[in-house]
Amino acid sequence: MVIIHGIVVAFLGAGLFFTFVGSIGLLRFPDFYTRLHATGKCDTLGGGLIILGLLLYHLFQYPGTPLVPAKLLFLVLFVFIANPTATHALMKAAYKTGVKPWCLGERRQ
Amino acid sequence: MVFIFLVTGLLIAVAIGLSLYRVVAGPGVFNRTAAVNVIGTKTIILLVVLGYYCERPYFFDIALLYAMINFIGTLVFAKYLERGNLWS
Amino acid sequence: MMEGRKFGIVLTFCIMALFWVLLSGMFDAFHLISGLICCSIVTFLSHDLLVKGRSQKQFLKSIRLALYIPWEFWQIVLANIDVAYRVLHPRMPIDPLIIEFETSLRGEFSLVTLANSITLTPGTITILVEPERGKFWVHAIAKEPGDALLVDQTMQKKVADVFMEWER
Repeated sequence: MVIIHGIVVAFLGAGLFFTFVGSIGLLRFPDFYTRLHATGKCDTLGGGLIILGLLLYHLFQYPGTPLVPAKLLFLVLFVFIANPTATHALMKAAYKTGVKPWCLGERRQ
Repeated sequence: MVFIFLVTGLLIAVAIGLSLYRVVAGPGVFNRTAAVNVIGTKTIILLVVLGYYCERPYFFDIALLYAMINFIGTLVFAKYLERGNLWS
Repeated sequence: MMEGRKFGIVLTFCIMALFWVLLSGMFDAFHLISGLICCSIVTFLSHDLLVKGRSQKQFLKSIRLALYIPWEFWQIVLANIDVAYRVLHPRMPIDPLIIEFETSLRGEFSLVTLANSITLTPGTITILVEPERGKFWVHAIAKEPGDALLVDQTMQKKVADVFMEWER
């Protein structure tokens, strides 16, 4: 039982680390396109890892209800498909409206 | 173990607070829309963690629904900003 | 295996019924029969959204897609470690540029799969897709991920292998 708790804490820790990296990237990067790089990738994986850790916890703590892990798995798959699509839609809108990308050596935006 | 869920929830709330700065201070509407999308994704994670902390299994359905609403909201906003209107 | 349109109807009905059973969790007769009626109505209204046209060999493509997903999951983990290195480094080594290239993919589903894979892999996000010539505009965060996409072209080859749409 302690091993399962250890694995769940490891998943939660890794997920929290990537979530924080996503937020810090949102503050630190100098341009709109690079900020989308940080959030579109790190937020998805961080959330996916946290929910997968909770799914493992549910499988061992409440073994009588097998439908709830299936629901959480569908949530993870949906976030993995939906977040990159929303990122691409925002980037396409910014590119067509004329937001200029940042090159090395310019000022922050 | 339940205490670890509370700590996780609080740390995700701190991450939401960090993203809130970009909503307020982002120059232009695109930075603000991206930051609102990020806050929506973190809200889904927070709902699942709180579902386990408070031992209420109905929060997962709310999280699933909010994931879809957040996705459709961001797509509609991007379409409006690109074209100037929503219909052809 | 089956014709394109019938396969679309059967696949949509099965997916809808699976989600009904998954999300409700009740297995008595009333809920199952009302689930079947609702799935039939939804399938009748929107059966041509998932599988378009009369494309061949749908079943084989689904199997190959299921085999492509673990490789993509490994690329997602690599991508996030790369972004974490660039964010937390004190000097922040980024050098953004925009690339464009052409591929041999023409079908709608394969273009969407490649665009999602490019967004989820280290250092690149898709900006624009032009479906007539299979042209992609991609924003890369540094020179090495952009070169991996432009010069090596591993990902385009893998997606073309899944959907069997090679050079014409």
